This record gives sequence, structure tokens and C-alpha cells, in this order.
Amino acid sequence: MASTLTPVADPARASAPSQVSAPRPRRRRRPERWAAAAFLAPLVVYLVAFYAYPLYRNVELSLRNYTVASFVNGGAQFTGFDNYRTVLSDPVFVQALWHTAVFTLGSLAVQFTLGMALAVFFSAHFRLSGLLRALFLVPWLLPLIVSSSTWAWMLNGQSGVVNAGLHAVGLPEPQWLSSPTWSLVAVLIANIWIGVPFNLVLLHSGLQAISSDVNEAAALDGAGAWQRFRHITFPLLRPVSAITLLLGLVYTLKVFDIIWIMTRGGPSNSSTTLATWSYQLSFGGLIPKFGPGAAVGNLLIVVAFLAGLLYLRYQRKAEL
Amino acid sequence: MTTTTPTTTSASTRRARRGTGRTVLGVVATLVMLFPVYWMVNVSLTPQDRMRKSPPDLFPFHPSLEGYRTVIADQGPYLATSLVISLATVVLTLLISAPAGFALAKLRPRGAGALTFVVLISQMIPGVIMAMGFYAVFLNAGLLDNPVGLVIADSTIAVPFGVLIFSAFMSGVPDEIMQAAKMDGAGTFRTFWAIVLPVSRNAAVTVSLFTFLWAWSDFLYANTLARSSDYQPITLGIYKYIGNNSSDWNAILATAVVASIPAAVLLVAAQRYVSAGVTAGAVKD
Repeated sequence: MASTLTPVADPARASAPSQVSAPRPRRRRRPERWAAAAFLAPLVVYLVAFYAYPLYRNVELSLRNYTVASFVNGGAQFTGFDNYRTVLSDPVFVQALWHTAVFTLGSLAVQFTLGMALAVFFSAHFRLSGLLRALFLVPWLLPLIVSSSTWAWMLNGQSGVVNAGLHAVGLPEPQWLSSPTWSLVAVLIANIWIGVPFNLVLLHSGLQAISSDVNEAAALDGAGAWQRFRHITFPLLRPVSAITLLLGLVYTLKVFDIIWIMTRGGPSNSSTTLATWSYQLSFGGLIPKFGPGAAVGNLLIVVAFLAGLLYLRYQRKAEL
Repeated sequence: MTTTTPTTTSASTRRARRGTGRTVLGVVATLVMLFPVYWMVNVSLTPQDRMRKSPPDLFPFHPSLEGYRTVIADQGPYLATSLVISLATVVLTLLISAPAGFALAKLRPRGAGALTFVVLISQMIPGVIMAMGFYAVFLNAGLLDNPVGLVIADSTIAVPFGVLIFSAFMSGVPDEIMQAAKMDGAGTFRTFWAIVLPVSRNAAVTVSLFTFLWAWSDFLYANTLARSSDYQPITLGIYKYIGNNSSDWNAILATAVVASIPAAVLLVAAQRYVSAGVTAGAVKD
């Protein structure tokens, strides 16, 4: 959930969901059923107390008019969907939605393309290939605060190394983090850097499963490298590609740390997504707006669940 | 024979040359990819008076340890807090997920499918939403700014992953071993503790490593639930540096280098577990 990648990096940071085929329920002797219940009880209690209850509180927050006082003492007035109406009619909502779409799709497209190119490149064994592939995991394993603060300094308008490089080749030097035109691009670059390893690892392990015979046969028939990729590797890799992209979608929708640390969603909301806007409302201002913040969060959860269900459905289908 | 020899040699040299070409290309790509990491180390060694130089020094020509001296002076308590919180999170995660994984894989309880589905779905909840919910719950429960609360929140990053890894791994343990244990009069708990858990050591290592790394790296929960705590993790130590004295980038990035040590150790010492964790189940072997 951290981001991430999980693979993780939160994925970007990821806890990769595992493929567990649900064991078939079967009637057992009574003591064994009790044993199963005893072994599962901690998990069930845990899920109720530390997942369901916070989520329930979040829904409750979004349906009441909370102030700081009523947050501590209770007694907030029930206002139905007022908070949702407030956020949906806020002009920032459209901005945040648009940024979420650009950030998510932009990250996925570039991460996947680079990850695929690298996976194909590393699928041929050559000297040092294992070591180099392992080193490619580094961005994904670093704490997000480490990568975010490093990128923030690299993209600094005056003293950043990126602008020094652009200056050296005569290109314009944008104020990456402080100009509304570039802030979203800046956080996108950092997120892509973090997400490439995840795509590389998944696609590479997918490539390992493809038999090399087909490729060798095609090579003997005179098919070039691009033709072989286009007509053999890519179609055979389609299930793995879909799973990689859908998992990436689930993780990218959750991304918070990178944006918050680099730009706090600013300047003037130019890099805010649904996740950072929700947090901004609840914790970012002088006066916390817990109700609207929770409302945005609950809208985000709907989007995340839809993406998640899509992933689970596809994964189940791929298994059959 | 004499006619074929030259062609095979040239083919193999061509292949060897292509291999070398790939290695060179791979090294270049890796250097490009890891440039930010190099830059972090470079800046962490740059003395304060050269920090705003334009263009910046590409190498630490005048290395200075002032950034690291600041880390040692300021960040010790943060590092200690992170270490304790991460270890506690590992323990909590193992306590919840290992027995549950065992039950799901081996005891075939009713509702196992539904529970697995809930676990899968719970991984997809954005952290921001959990953070807000925990804030509300912990405020009333007195767990705000309390390390116990942070351990609980951090464990939610890892428990679903743990359950799925344990259950996937333990379903590979042959039923015959379980049967034999039962013949010998071992109860379910003994079978779990003395037989299944020891052979699942790899799963336990993978879960522990990732849990530690995630808890160590957590910024969101710390920033939400430990804002005025006496015990704050290293991620908040770095974040406060950025907010307070945004000119001391050598100190900020020196702290970042130190905070990256667990990730580096993980990569060097346990690379096969890392790859296993990333691909676990997402792709079927």
C-alpha cells in the first residue's frame, strides 16, 4: 500500500497480491473446524478493527459536518451528501480528476514501454546481466521520501542538475516545481523512475516462461528481431502485460507520497490528484475540512475498487 | 572439416561480440537509471558553500562530511524509532498472517474464498483513505502520536501481502506430512508450529523483509498519526529537514543516504527473496 511496488513501491510501491486459489470448502470433523476458526480469528478481528472500522469512520466523516471541536467530542450534525455536493461543485475537483487521469495514464504508458524494452533486452543472457537487472530494482526499493527529496533537489530551478544539463545543451530551463505548467510533469518523471523496475521484473519473469523454440524457429525462417517481438513475443506476453498494467493502475491511483513531498499538489493545485487533494482538505490547511476530505477519499476508493475488480477479474480469467 | 571451421569461429566471435555489446549497453542503461542515486550521494558530500554553485559539481571534488555530521547530531533518535517500529511491525504482521495463511492453505475452513477475496481487495485501498480513517479512530482511542498506533497502521501495509504469501507457500506443503504428524498424535497447533512453519521459512523471510522495508519507508502514516509524537521515524526526520532548513541539502540527502541502508542491505543480502516478493503470484510461473 505504500506505494509502493510492490512492487513495491507502494508502488508504485507494491505489495504484489499473490495468486491464491481459494481452497475448496469441504466438510471436516468438528474439532478441525474449530482449529481453523481459531487460526483465522486474529486475522478476522484485525480486518474488522483496522480495515473495516477506519473505513466506516471515513464514510461517517463524509456524511457529517465535522468541526475540530465535534471531531474530538462528537455530536457533529448529520448533513447527508452535503460534503459530496461541496467537493463535486468545487472547481478543484475537475482539476484533480484530470491530473489523476494524466498522472496515471502517463505513468503507465511510459513505465510499461520502458519496462518492456528493458525486459526484452535483459531476456538474452549476457555477462553481468543478472547483476545489472538487480541494480535496476534500486529505485523501487528506496523509501519514497528518499527518491522524492532527491528528485526535488535534482529538479530545483536554480541549482538542480537537470537544468544544468538542459542549459549545457541550450534548452530552456523550466522552474519544474514552482511553475504550474511543469509541476505535474516533474512528479510524473519521478513516479516513472520509481515504477520502471516493477514493470521490468514482472515482464521479465513473463518472458522467461515463453519457450525460446518459437523464437528460434522464426529466426531460422528469417524473421528479424522487431518482427519476432511484434508477432511472437508481444502476443504471447499479452496476459502478463495486462496484469502488469492493471496492477500498475491500482498502485498509481494510490500514489500520494511523491506528489506531497515534491510539490504538496501545488503550486495552486497544478499537480494535485484526488489522493493529494483529499489529504490537503483534511490535513493540509490551517482549518481541517475533514468532511470534504473524507468525501474525496471515498470517491477515490470507488475508482480504486473498480480498477481492483478489473484486475482480479482479468487475473482469474487468465488462470483458466 | 577445414571449410566449416572458419564459419563456426566467425559465428561464435560474432556472438561473443554481440554479448560484449549488450553488456556495454546494459552498463550504460544502468548508469543512467541509477544517476539519481549517485547524485544523492554526490550532493550529500558537497560542502555547504558549493551547494548553490552553477553548474553543480559533477563529482565530489571537495568532499565534506558536514552533512553526515549533522545526521549523527540530529537524526539518531529518529533512526532508533524507525528501527523499533519496523521490527515491531514485522512481529505483528507475522503473528497475524502466518496462522491465517496456514488455515487458508491447509485447514480448508468455510468462507475461505470470501476471506481471500477480502484480503486481496484490502490491498487496493489507497493509503490516504486509511490514514484519514486511522486518524479519526486513533484520536478517540488515544493512539494518536503513540508508537503502538503507528505500528498498527504500518502493519496494514503488509498483512494482506503476508497472508497471501504464507497461504500460497503453505499450500505447497504436502498433505502427507500433515497426515503423518496427525498419526503421531500432534494437534493442529503443533503441526503448524513444529512442522509447517519451519518448512515455510522462505515465505517468512520474504514477508519479514518486505514488512520491515515498508514500515521503515512509511511516510504517510507517520506524517498523519505521529505529527506531534515524541517518537518520530526517520521519514519525518527528513521531511522536517526539507521544511525547516531547505538550504542544507547536503544534510537532507546525507540523511536520505542513511535511510536507504536497509534497502541496500536487502538488495545485496536477499536479492532472490526480493524478486520472489515482487512477482509473487502476480505472474504465474
